[in-house]
Amino acid sequence: MKCQTCPSPATLHITEIVKGVAAEHHFCEECAQQYLSQAEAKGNDLPAGVVADEEGESKLKELDQLACPNCGITFREFRKQGRLGCPHDYIAFQEELIPLLENIHGETQHFGKVPKRTPDDSRKQYRLIKLRGELKVAIAEESYEQAAKLRDEIQRLEQETPVAPADEE
Amino acid sequence: MKLDELIQSSGEWLRGEGPEADIVISTRIRLARNLSQFPFLTRADEGARIEIERILSGQISRLAARKSLNYFDVTSLQRLDRQFLVERQLISRELSEGQGPRGVGFSTAENVSLMVNEEDHLRIQVLRSGLALESCWQEINQIDDLLEEQVCFAFNEQLGYLTACPTNCGTGIRVSVMLHLPALVQTKEIQKVFQALHKIGLAVRGLYGEGSQAMGDFYQISNQTTLGKSEEQLIKNLKDVIPNIIGYERRVRTALVKENRQGLHDQVSRAYGILKSAQTITSEETMQHLSSLRMGINLGLIEDLPIPTVNELFIFTQPAHLQKLRHTSLDSGERNVARASYLREKLAPQN
Ligand SMILES: [Zn+2]
Ligand SMILES: [Zn+2]
Repeated sequence: MKCQTCPSPATLHITEIVKGVAAEHHFCEECAQQYLSQAEAKGNDLPAGVVADEEGESKLKELDQLACPNCGITFREFRKQGRLGCPHDYIAFQEELIPLLENIHGETQHFGKVPKRTPDDSRKQYRLIKLRGELKVAIAEESYEQAAKLRDEIQRLEQETPVAPADEE
Repeated sequence: MKLDELIQSSGEWLRGEGPEADIVISTRIRLARNLSQFPFLTRADEGARIEIERILSGQISRLAARKSLNYFDVTSLQRLDRQFLVERQLISRELSEGQGPRGVGFSTAENVSLMVNEEDHLRIQVLRSGLALESCWQEINQIDDLLEEQVCFAFNEQLGYLTACPTNCGTGIRVSVMLHLPALVQTKEIQKVFQALHKIGLAVRGLYGEGSQAMGDFYQISNQTTLGKSEEQLIKNLKDVIPNIIGYERRVRTALVKENRQGLHDQVSRAYGILKSAQTITSEETMQHLSSLRMGINLGLIEDLPIPTVNELFIFTQPAHLQKLRHTSLDSGERNVARASYLREKLAPQN
């Protein structure tokens, strides 16, 4: 979803009730700041739910340093673009994400369809993401020996789990 | 199938059948899914995107026999063709305007569409005419099951299906019903509906035509949250509330007729008159009059025009459709002339 006033992705979702009428706003961080300070100046009803954590500056800086070991995205990057980098981020940023999810959904435990695959698979999947990331770096650094090793390891793992479709019958 | 053939027909969901089709235009369910062995798209390089597209387009071909799907590589489509698919509701604006390897597979009847490399690796959509929540869910759930036999979707036990944006995780489901509510809009009662829906966690969105101008009287109601409730519960939330809105719209329509039948008849007849005779007309004005006309037909005030024709006009008078019909690119002024001429032709009395 895009910010409603500029082309950046929307990372803050604000629901506001003005004179009893609910309105939804979707902003990027910058436009949200602007909107909220304007709204305050106008003395509107306070937003009913701003989906963002109001931490102190120093706490934020600390948070921003956090990076996912699989895909390398930092928490700061996530906050900026509103999109996570890989499935493992839900675990890597769990502490920070849970309050956010509670704010968005009012719940923090999935209660719906469950795929038939075992969660055992997912550990292997994260390992694959990580190896692919390392492979990219190895190639960029021209460490071809390392790259070849990684490629073998990826192939081995892929053959273990039928993650890709068995090519057309 | 060639893309150009689509202009000869229209999606099954426009046929104006199905329960409550006078007020409910369509029901749509979409599921967001990601392949677990790849990063989300913000962190996927060209190689990963190509690989994701290869795997998922392969899966779509595998399903093709059962669902008669046609796959299109979106990067190879012209801007006009992409816009055409957006107007057709087969792809999102995001997929149309996105970057890198991406594609869509959709069924010949235009009820099923699978977008690859949109915000998530895969977005599955099922669309039906009228109020058809259960059958949409049955079909999309079946497609999801079929895919799951072959690929592994990112999932964890606490947070469900993992999506690029945390607003979609859990079920990854968005259930939407598109309603035509001209009487509630006209009497401003619609605000009460917004408030009530908001209280029970449902989102309301107006539809947008050209640019960002609101397209008169159509509202899409959907679930706001995706985590913590089952798909069936989320569907039931909508299922419980939609009949109330339909009843409300019907009561207000009846009241409008009772209060001022002549005035209402005049209003819809004038709308019909303008659509039948204008020489140049904007998309916005067209939507507004088509909305009046549609209500007039449903109230029996206009009798010589079937609803599916009006439903189709909403889609076929949009910019990319007009240009495809004319086989040429048209600027906004030329489109207004082409639109008026198309409307005159379609609304001319049958001899
Ligand atoms: Zn912005
Ligand atoms: Zn990550």
